Amino acid sequence: MRKLLLPSLIAIALGACSTAPTETKPVVETKPTKPAEVTKPAEPVKVDPLAALKDPNNILSKRSVYFEFDKYDITASYQPLVEAHSKFLVSNPQLKVLIQGNTDERGSREYNLALGQKRAEAVKKAMSMLGAKDSQLEAVSLGEEKPKNAGHDEAAWADNRRADVLYSGEY
Amino acid sequence: MTYNPAMFSRRDFIHTGLAGASLLAVPAHAQLRIEITGAGARQFPIAIAAFEGDGLLPRSISDVVRADLERCGLFRIVETGPQPVGESAKIDFPNWKYRGADAFVAGSVTRLADGRLAVRFRLFDTTKASDLGGLELTILTEQFRYAAHRIADWVYEKLLGEPGAFSTRIAYVVKNGRQYQLQIADADGQNASAALVSDDPIISPAWSPDGTRLAYVSFQTKKPVVYLHTLATKQRTVLSNFKGSNSAPAWAPDGSRLAVVLTKDGLSQIYELRADGSGARRLTQSTGIDTEPFYSPDGKFLFFTSDRGGSPQVYRMPASGGDAVRVTFEGNYNVSPRVSPDNKTLAYLTRSEGRFRIALMDLASQQVQILTDSDKDESPSFAPNGRLVLFATEVGGRGVLSAVSVDGRVKQRLSGFAGDVREPAWGPLSR
Repeated sequence: MRKLLLPSLIAIALGACSTAPTETKPVVETKPTKPAEVTKPAEPVKVDPLAALKDPNNILSKRSVYFEFDKYDITASYQPLVEAHSKFLVSNPQLKVLIQGNTDERGSREYNLALGQKRAEAVKKAMSMLGAKDSQLEAVSLGEEKPKNAGHDEAAWADNRRADVLYSGEY
Repeated sequence: MTYNPAMFSRRDFIHTGLAGASLLAVPAHAQLRIEITGAGARQFPIAIAAFEGDGLLPRSISDVVRADLERCGLFRIVETGPQPVGESAKIDFPNWKYRGADAFVAGSVTRLADGRLAVRFRLFDTTKASDLGGLELTILTEQFRYAAHRIADWVYEKLLGEPGAFSTRIAYVVKNGRQYQLQIADADGQNASAALVSDDPIISPAWSPDGTRLAYVSFQTKKPVVYLHTLATKQRTVLSNFKGSNSAPAWAPDGSRLAVVLTKDGLSQIYELRADGSGARRLTQSTGIDTEPFYSPDGKFLFFTSDRGGSPQVYRMPASGGDAVRVTFEGNYNVSPRVSPDNKTLAYLTRSEGRFRIALMDLASQQVQILTDSDKDESPSFAPNGRLVLFATEVGGRGVLSAVSVDGRVKQRLSGFAGDVREPAWGPLSR
């Protein structure tokens, strides 16, 4: 759903101010950002800010913060990711994010629901400290109910101890 | 004592209700198996003869009675052979005594003029050559399993002096592919039917103390919301749908209130609500996780899980809120507290050496016993007579239900469900 939606949003955004929408569409799908156009101050080119979220070279395309077993503190390696999204939200105040907390399958489902909430809240709190407005942030938990990795081993559990940052239109 | 037809009425209603929902219901798994391991410390030897007229029923009623009594681990079944013995036949006491049976059950099934069946039985003491009494039940043919469970309950109580739990029901969640079903079955896993089918997760079913309603958590609106489901009418209402997460419903023993966990004010905290969902009142005030409330059956305390001390542990506070006392100390993961019907024992889930197992604590002495020997147990639930703990575990990557006797000696596994089974909750004694 997300993969389909974003390119079409970008196509619409670019198409609205381009003279040849039929040409821009394929370009957008392979190269979402065109720095040359963006930096031209004279032309009122409107680039969808969400394009940066899809650019694999941009840290904003990374959306998942991973956690240790029964932990909810954001480790140093995920600070840059959280900072980048916070900065992005500050400069795009019209955007909102849903932070979904998840856990691995082990232990109590209700405790895991609460733990997932705590993970989501940890990311929310960090973003809030970095300037994002509370109205832009919502933290929810899926507990262990929606595993990304359906396996039953250490690797699967590590994949599932996670908080995901989703932007409006992505959930 | 004779059978009062009113005793069946609630159940009939429930079954009719569930049959009415069969547009949603998937045919119940017919091939449910129960594997039993271990034996009780002291087993009561009993012989249960084939009932006269058993052929009127889809399956031998005495087989079901035998299976019930054997499954609980407290009885040893003495072989009787296929020869039926009616309740008014002359009982050969020395023979049954010689074969090792201290008690003997004989009975009959006869068709009444209105098409219903009369099931009669008597229980005898072979040592004293005395008649301990019996029942007469009037049933529809399809109720024969329930009649058998009632007979097993009666025999159990007469011989052991405490109520049996064979004619009770269990609720649990089955995940099959991407579909979730909240199912209700007899305590032996038979007669399963779906109370709810959903494409989104269902967790934490909790029986109302009178057995007429279930509270549970559904994610169908893409977030956890607590619903109340009236079984007889299939009527479903939202109990709790505050901003954020709504979960972990627990009934107060008088049925007037429920405790739930809400995140509306930040992290997961425990609140109480009236049974109509009104009057939310916050009961815990911690800066961490407080969840999994469970009322002690005497109504005095709320047990719950909290990580306020740095790791998830079981705490206890007055049922109306107040200062909490830590209950579990061993290890760094003790969750899902459930108090036994006599208020004396706590069952919970504990993790040690990476294994999640069911533990039992004697609340007076704080002595702990690990009941299970598996790796991924969850969701303990006491039988309403306190004799067994039902729980979810995993075998071969799939969730199954198991039960263990509170002395840890007898284990039974209910297998044969299609799909992944979890979140069991044992219903109250039937009235």
